[in-house]
Amino acid sequence: MAENFGILFQWLIFLGVAFVSIVASLLVITRKNPIHSALFMVLTLLCVAVLYVLLHSPFIAIIQVIVYAGAIVMLIVFVIMLLDLETELRSRLKIVYSKVIGGFVAVLFLFGILYTVVAKSPTGQTGSYTTEKMASDVKTVGEALFTEYVFPFEITAILLTAAIIGAVILSKKRT
Amino acid sequence: MWVVPTIPPALYLMLSGILFTIGVIGVLTRRNAIVVFISIELMLNAVNLTFITFSRFLQSIDGVIFAFFVMAVAAAEAAVGLAIFVMLYRSKETINVDDINLLKW
Repeated sequence: MAENFGILFQWLIFLGVAFVSIVASLLVITRKNPIHSALFMVLTLLCVAVLYVLLHSPFIAIIQVIVYAGAIVMLIVFVIMLLDLETELRSRLKIVYSKVIGGFVAVLFLFGILYTVVAKSPTGQTGSYTTEKMASDVKTVGEALFTEYVFPFEITAILLTAAIIGAVILSKKRT
Repeated sequence: MWVVPTIPPALYLMLSGILFTIGVIGVLTRRNAIVVFISIELMLNAVNLTFITFSRFLQSIDGVIFAFFVMAVAAAEAAVGLAIFVMLYRSKETINVDDINLLKW
């Protein structure tokens, strides 16, 4: 009976968080003020972080909050404050046929995804990382990252260095 | 005895698909470059959710590692992209993506 209550609680959390994330992401793309978009983006990211916790990946959930909600959205908010976007606020939304057709095709693809997901449950070779082994999540991820995936990890370091240098050079005042 | 079923992976995948489609519609319809950028981050986030879902239900660590790398690339993209927006605003006084058509013919 206790497990039943636990799973019921998980269902409640999942349904609530899923609803909030969908509503928040709809608000992200409909708000006129970009600051509001950025703040609703934070709400969506936090909801998805809760979903990661439900999926037994606390490491990715914490990284999500720190990197996405903490760093990236912070950067976006800073850039919005730096730029004077008053004229952008007043520009009207024009109805262009290419946009309508593009949105229609996107929704069509969504129905394709939903049909595929409902029609056939995902199967595949299951690996050795069971729930018990993932209980010490950070340790497991770190081990995999520094043994099997150490080369992509180093490439990521080079990518981040190049991105920092590129950002500094781009935003340097031309002399 | 009445047993509550656990949350199926299909629900997570459906949520991920819905979030991705909302991101696509945002990219297509919005004209402010920063909101387009936020929509792209939304799409990356939805893909991460799919990775973690499959990682959990196929009991593999690869999805978690992939999500980690996607986040690193998103951070790099944010740094460079926002620097480009600042520079564009400095030279053209706008970040409306309809007015930025230097590479279009």
